[in-house]
Amino acid sequence: MGAARASNVLELGELGFDSGAHVLVKRALARLAPGEQLEVRGSAAELGIHAAAWARAEGHDAEFAPAGAAYVLRLAPGAAHGARWRGVERAGAGAGPEHVVERAPQGWGLAARGAAVEAGAPEFDFAHTNKLELWADDLGALYRQALASQWDPATAVPWNAPHTHGDELEDALVSVLTYLIENETAALIVPARFAASVHPHFREVQQLLAIQAADEARHIEVFTRRATLRRSQLGLSTAGGQASLKTLIDEPDFALASLLLSVLGEGSFVNLLWFLHEHAPDECTRAIMKLTAQDEARHVAFGVAHLARQSREDTSLAPRLAAAIERRHDALRGTAGLNAEVFDALIVLAAGAFEPASIAAGHQAVVELLRQMHAGRRNRLRLVGLQPEQAEALSALHTRNFM
Amino acid sequence: MSETLVLGAVAYDAKVVPIWDGFQRWFASQGLAFDYVLYSNYERQVEQHFAGAFHVAWNSPLAWVQAQRTAARLGRSARAVAMRDTDRDLTSLIVVRADSPLRSVADLRGRTLGCGAGDSPQATLIPLEHLARAGLAPERDFAVRRFDVLVGKHGDHVGGERDAARALMQGEVDAACMIDGNHLVFSNEGLLARGATRVLAQTDKYDHCNFTVLDGAPPALIERFCTLLFSMGYDDPRVRPLMDMEGLKRWCDGRTSGYALLESACDRFRYLDSFFERMKVA
Repeated sequence: MGAARASNVLELGELGFDSGAHVLVKRALARLAPGEQLEVRGSAAELGIHAAAWARAEGHDAEFAPAGAAYVLRLAPGAAHGARWRGVERAGAGAGPEHVVERAPQGWGLAARGAAVEAGAPEFDFAHTNKLELWADDLGALYRQALASQWDPATAVPWNAPHTHGDELEDALVSVLTYLIENETAALIVPARFAASVHPHFREVQQLLAIQAADEARHIEVFTRRATLRRSQLGLSTAGGQASLKTLIDEPDFALASLLLSVLGEGSFVNLLWFLHEHAPDECTRAIMKLTAQDEARHVAFGVAHLARQSREDTSLAPRLAAAIERRHDALRGTAGLNAEVFDALIVLAAGAFEPASIAAGHQAVVELLRQMHAGRRNRLRLVGLQPEQAEALSALHTRNFM
Repeated sequence: MSETLVLGAVAYDAKVVPIWDGFQRWFASQGLAFDYVLYSNYERQVEQHFAGAFHVAWNSPLAWVQAQRTAARLGRSARAVAMRDTDRDLTSLIVVRADSPLRSVADLRGRTLGCGAGDSPQATLIPLEHLARAGLAPERDFAVRRFDVLVGKHGDHVGGERDAARALMQGEVDAACMIDGNHLVFSNEGLLARGATRVLAQTDKYDHCNFTVLDGAPPALIERFCTLLFSMGYDDPRVRPLMDMEGLKRWCDGRTSGYALLESACDRFRYLDSFFERMKVA
């Protein structure tokens, strides 16, 4: 091994390999031209011993000589130098959303978008790898909005606000809250499951799904806390309600699950939550319904945005969406739908009293709620690519359980 | 034997299984049928090698000396066909605490030296040979405290060296033996705080493991095995994980010039006598 060029001399001073000298040595080796050597000088106590051991492990040729009180090490990069990064592939041309590819390879795995992926990384098995299936315009804005809208149940809800309503109204509210908790549990599981099966290349989609799941976790918390403020037991969970929700959980197709959960179910829930906000018997409940309705509206916006985009680019989507609604309707034909206790509880809450005239007004309010839900579903179905008459008919087939 | 090349290796750690499974898959992709047999200790492996249980042994340096000496006594021959680049030119260190009054190996007289497992070339036999050449006999001039982790595995398990280093820092021994690379590892781990130790002595260079074959091994099969080993490139993503697990950047020829220190130690301490009795070649 001959002498190194003057420019290839690295002075370590007292820095040893037990204190990070390898960082500077690697940096200097990376700057060598092919065939060049590096001369390392230093005076750390075990520099020669450690340098030889390090070079051996790295596959470099090393010659070492004491030079007075210091040491001189000549290093020639071994054949393996830099070999790990030959044949690397970029997981997209950059980190930004403009670099999202149409189909993300499984071999990119968990790598950050735009990262250099070592060849030979394991193949993953993410179920959802197509941009067409997943992507929406302005995902970043939706995510930022979701982040900015997070709220803390401990401070955002006036838990100690006075209650002036009677026990029967409270029982009606607990019935509705029990139903909401069950539905929000389904709304947590569905995005959580997809967050784990969407290719991480589409990180904005994962982020939105994750925050959606976190929203639902918070909703479950506040509904439960409100329901148990005055009652130690919750209301009913019906077979028909669970059958309806199970069809959501069981849907493996991302587009169809988005349609059924977000566009139709959570869309209907936005109406329901604003209804409960309007007719809440106390300030605590009113605040909860407003906060949760705002969260749900974002979930609906994401579902509509990505299905609208997909529908524009894939004409086969609309018939598939229609078929999914019909299929779910058929599957639930034999079930009871919304349980009678919840339906009646909504009337009682809207009535606010048990006078015949109040009940009539409450009933009318619930009829109006159903009309608003239907209108909302119809509009959103049109946004995701269905024709007006089709949207009208399909909205009517939506589960009587609302979600 | 059939046309399957069978390797013997010692299971010094659970990672041995994925390593040889990986080699098996890669050799199969290259058209070489390969299988392996694991032993819990090198003595059984050498014994079974002579019994014809497999073709190639992945031997520790001490197992190599055992195989080579046994072969010589039987009128047979053993050959090292390949080794890792990282098996070449190791040294061992005798390390003291930085504030120790010991300044030279002669100062070890009357003191306690922490070694690795009794059958560890790198942390026991070779350092003791180094001291013997300087005129210091173990248990006569200084006490030896062995940190016998997994005897039979010839120190492949680094636990003995680690325990000796820990005992050094806790003041239980006056000096400790370890491979040069492990001194760096222990320093970077914080087991040996920076500046807290001093190297009292460094042995001459020696070599470590090799693939050993005995006379009578099927030549074409061995040649194919070696050709494939030497074709492994660190830039090949299919084999790089195997090379990382096995701790090498390239395979080298199996030279035998690096075992003289260990052979001297075996002779001086009559270390192989009981093994020769076991092999009935005493």
